[in-house]
Formats: sequence, C-alpha cells, structure tokens
Amino acid sequence: MTEHGHRPAPPSPVEQRVAALEALLTERGLIPDGFIEEVTRRYESEIGPMNGAKVVARAWLDPAYKQRLLADGTAAIAELGFGGPEGHHMVVVENTASVHNVVVCTLCSCYPWPVLGLPPAWYKDPPYRARMVREPRALLAEMGCALPGDAEIRVWDSSAEVRYLVLPQRPDGTDDMTEAELAEVVTRDSMIGVALL
Amino acid sequence: MTAQLSLLELDLPRRNGELVFDAPWQSTVFALAAAVVDHAFAGDREPFRQQLIAAIAADPGRPYWESWTTALEALVGGLPEESAQSQGTAQS
Repeated sequence: MTEHGHRPAPPSPVEQRVAALEALLTERGLIPDGFIEEVTRRYESEIGPMNGAKVVARAWLDPAYKQRLLADGTAAIAELGFGGPEGHHMVVVENTASVHNVVVCTLCSCYPWPVLGLPPAWYKDPPYRARMVREPRALLAEMGCALPGDAEIRVWDSSAEVRYLVLPQRPDGTDDMTEAELAEVVTRDSMIGVALL
Repeated sequence: MTAQLSLLELDLPRRNGELVFDAPWQSTVFALAAAVVDHAFAGDREPFRQQLIAAIAADPGRPYWESWTTALEALVGGLPEESAQSQGTAQS
C-alpha cells in the first residue's frame, strides 16, 4: 500500500548527500544486503509498539490489571509508565472469540503514539480509513486477517480526544511464557486490530 | 545482523519514546551510521558520537538529521580506503 507523493520533487541537497554516502559505503562493503530496510523496519515497527505489547502481556497474566485496563485504559497504561499528549484518553477494547475490534481514524491519522509508536503508512491511507468503516470484513481479509463469519466486528474511530488500543486474544500454546516472552508475541498490527495472533 | 542496534543509546530525537523519521532519507542515514559503527568500528559508537556532537555544535540551528549526515560524512572521510579501487593512497 505504499504510494509516493503526488509531486515527484527533485532530491534535496541532503538527500543527494545521503545517496552518495550510501553508494560509497555499499562500494566499501559496509552495508550488507537489506541492512537499511531491516534497521528501518525494526525501529519503525517493532521498537515503537513494545510499550503496547507490555500492556497486553500484563493484562493477559494479571486479571486484576486487565479489569483496570478495560475500565480506565489511560490510568492502567500509566501504571506501567506510559502516557503523554497522544495518549490522553486511552480506551482499551478486548477481542474475544465472538468479537473482533479494529481501530481506524476516519478523519486523519489519530493514533496512540505512547503505546504503539509511529503509525504505519497504510494507517494514514485514505483507502484504509474509508474501507475499514464501509467493509471491514473484506478489508481485514485482504490484510490477511480472516475472521469467522459469525464474529462481530467493531470498528472504533479514533479522534483527538479518544485513542483506542485493541487487547488481542492470547494465543494458544503460550501458557508457560513469562510476561517478557508474551510481550514479544504481541504485534503492532494485532493491537490495531488488523491481525490475529 | 545482531549488533545493529548499538546506536540505541545515543541521544536520538524521540517523541514519546519513538524514533522520529520525517522522511525516508532520515531513516536511511540513521541506518548507514548504524552500519558504519557496527562494521567499521566494531560497534564502538564513540567516534561517531564525537562527530555528531561536533556537527551539532558547529551549527546548532541545523536540522538534526542534517547534522547527523554531516557527522557521518566526517566519520567516513576519516576511514582508511579499504577497497581495491581506491583512487589515491590513504594517509594516516
């Protein structure tokens, strides 16, 4: 779903300098294949959402915490030290066998930064924002998240006032895992609601 | 690719704990620095850190990732020429 901007602007001087550095370092054999993509991916999609993953792992292990989390997301998330301007009013919605929650921002790209990091590019895309409201089941299936036909899908529209976090279902076979191990199982997409675990 | 996160402890611009990249070239130059630190300096990030400090001090109003680029250029400029097709002899 990546798209370039509408106007292909010529590279700025600093972009040219970075391209020159990349060419030089590649020639010297200092950049392994795929290294740049790997680093970028790790920073943008794994390190950011770790805060949210810790919240989810705690909720899976501690029923009292989960109760507080669903009752007052902002306060329970703050218990773990996370919060800030983009996480003022957090509402946590729980996935179950019969209910699947998914988060969108129809107006712009409101997103709970303190727990999920930077929003992925597709989250800001107009097709995602429009179709998740109009035909969530079809769009979820296209994104690789096929739901049973009888599952109810609840779409939550984020705003400047309220940010949503999905509490995914704990996967089978994780009974023996520690909290830290569980946090590694939780993906960003599962906390937006576009993936199952 | 195990040591590539050794730049994590540098003072990177963060917003709510997340690294901030506003354009692809920024994440590219970040990764390039990580590669140089890992592969040319065996994970020692101090030489790059010193260059970054110097680059920021030289022009405090310059956007952060431009200073980062300047620092990396300076660091790479000081590397010995290892490639076979080097044009000129390295002096040290």
